[in-house]
Amino acid sequence: MLEIKNLHVKLEEEDKQILKGVDLTVEAGKVHAIMGPNGSGKSTLSYVLSGREGYEVTEGSATLDGTDILALEPEERAAEGLFLAFQYPVEIPGVGNMTFMRTAVNAQRKARGEVELSSADFLKLVRARAQELQIDADMLKRPVNVGFSGGEKKRNEILQMAMLEPKMCILDETDSGLDVDAMKLVASGVNALRDEGRGFLVITHYQRLLDHITPDVVHIMADGRILKTGGPDLALEVEKNGYTDLIAEGA
Amino acid sequence: MALPKAKEDATATRLAGLSLPADAGWSRAAREDALARLQAQGVPQRRDEYWRFTNPSAFTAPEVAEAPSRDLPDEIPLGAEADRLTVVFTDGVFDPDASDALEGEGMEIARLAGAPDIHWARDLYGTLEARGQDPVDRPLAALNTAFATDGVLIRVSGKVTRPVSIVYRHRDARSDVLLHHVIRIDADAALTLVEAGPAGARSNIVIEADIAQGGAFHHVRDQGREHDRSATTAGFARLGEAAVYKSFTLSANGALTRNEHVIECLGNGGIAHVAGAAIGDAAAHPFHHDDTVFITHDALDCESRQVFKKVLKNGAVGVFQGKILVREGAQKTDGYQISQSLLLDEDSQFLAKPELEIYADDVACSHGSTTGAIDEEALFYLRSRGVPEGPATDLLVLAFLAEALDEIDDPDIAGVLRDQLSGWLSRHATR
Repeated sequence: MLEIKNLHVKLEEEDKQILKGVDLTVEAGKVHAIMGPNGSGKSTLSYVLSGREGYEVTEGSATLDGTDILALEPEERAAEGLFLAFQYPVEIPGVGNMTFMRTAVNAQRKARGEVELSSADFLKLVRARAQELQIDADMLKRPVNVGFSGGEKKRNEILQMAMLEPKMCILDETDSGLDVDAMKLVASGVNALRDEGRGFLVITHYQRLLDHITPDVVHIMADGRILKTGGPDLALEVEKNGYTDLIAEGA
Repeated sequence: MALPKAKEDATATRLAGLSLPADAGWSRAAREDALARLQAQGVPQRRDEYWRFTNPSAFTAPEVAEAPSRDLPDEIPLGAEADRLTVVFTDGVFDPDASDALEGEGMEIARLAGAPDIHWARDLYGTLEARGQDPVDRPLAALNTAFATDGVLIRVSGKVTRPVSIVYRHRDARSDVLLHHVIRIDADAALTLVEAGPAGARSNIVIEADIAQGGAFHHVRDQGREHDRSATTAGFARLGEAAVYKSFTLSANGALTRNEHVIECLGNGGIAHVAGAAIGDAAAHPFHHDDTVFITHDALDCESRQVFKKVLKNGAVGVFQGKILVREGAQKTDGYQISQSLLLDEDSQFLAKPELEIYADDVACSHGSTTGAIDEEALFYLRSRGVPEGPATDLLVLAFLAEALDEIDDPDIAGVLRDQLSGWLSRHATR
């Protein structure tokens, strides 16, 4: 599904190489986790894939079901089925959460040549999905993420994911700033979306999120490369011994 | 004090083509006083401090710059969303065929031109304008009082079943419009007044609103969306105890606009809110929009709010001059002022002069002024969810203006204006 080959990325503003040859394939139906210390390039990978400005791909490729996503605008990538759950969801004063989601859902449908959802159908759908994530009507009415707690923001990300039904989901440090209960709620939201047609890339610093979202494959990233790949056990090893030994071993 | 020569000449030139209406009747005395004020002040000039950011020469030139009218049949005009008593002026001339009969439950309504000697109007005409001349000269308003050719006089004393809508139509590319409306709200009465449309190629419109104890005046204005016209307005209001004055203006397009508000809170517990949303694209036509507000607190416990938002692109210019004056003894004043601009490129500019002058020691006054570009983080967030750049930008522009539109109490009116803004944005695609 998602195929990243020899991806090299530098910052546009300064001559600093962040990704130094990332190779990664996420198959449909699988959950891959990327773990790594701060500064390893995990978040950069998510930004580059979703199309944030400020990065320059100097070498390599990334395709989603064969489509070169790096050549696309962010909204085109979204319409292709790519979704990034932000580490820091953005507050947008003045734009209602519901308006925002309906605009997004219908923009994607339009881009794919599908019929747009009517207000009534959208409302029915969003209410059902919101309930599963314990998101109340008030949160839907408020401006996007404005005044939301950390947990509410992350649940709102998962709600958007549930509404947009992407085929490839990237979760960037979704566990950061969450207490255990909030994390369980978010994880169950993610697990509900696990499906044989959908791939996940879960980026996290700590192993604890992976207790709730069990990965099929775990990658260790350091200094802009994937150093080691293994099963769920690899995450436990990180938890026990930290990154230092693994990195020393990989280098 | 004698005027500087240049000012004296400019004033004489402007006055050369004007004469007091022959049938001024009861208003003649007020008009002569206003003319004397104007002659003492002289017409505004670029060097005047109060006109530092806006060149008034188009307002004072003897000739009106050509401004073709536009037929814009594609939108619901403001005012049509409800049953209103409609008064139509085409190029400043009352249109009896298009207007409703001037009568309504709960109010007296008449035209200024040819009005019989109505004592309440005689007492008010030019009075609030004259009060508003201190401490800042407003010669264009004095000029209006002296030479206004028509207008609407409304006194509200009971329950109004049909709110009033003044509709302006512009046909003549050289029309020069001077209209003066006088509103009196008696104790505990209320009126909503809607003004809509471009008044003329050049227009100068004054409203004087006197609101008695417990009265409420709601005013919503849409200045149309013609490009080349120049418009100056001045709203003078005097608020009694617990009186309410709320005014909102939408301005899309327009070569030159200067909207002044001069409000005095004279009774305890009065509430004055003024707000505006302006949007302009100077790519093909000039756009210069100036909001100038002066609110005086001279009683206990009054609340005032100024909320002005401007969206500017391709070299458009926005100006805000806003002042809150709290007089000695006006304790517990709650004054708030915010002026913000969203610049959609590097060619546009916003000039702001917020002022507070406070002579009471137990007040809460705050003001803020910001100028900025589209929030790139928010834009990326929207795009990452599949919203293309153009619609995402429009959504953020509307979100920026929302705080000003939220000042409108009537949701139907706000809805009409929101639709007009959406329409404007879709015609001026950003990227």
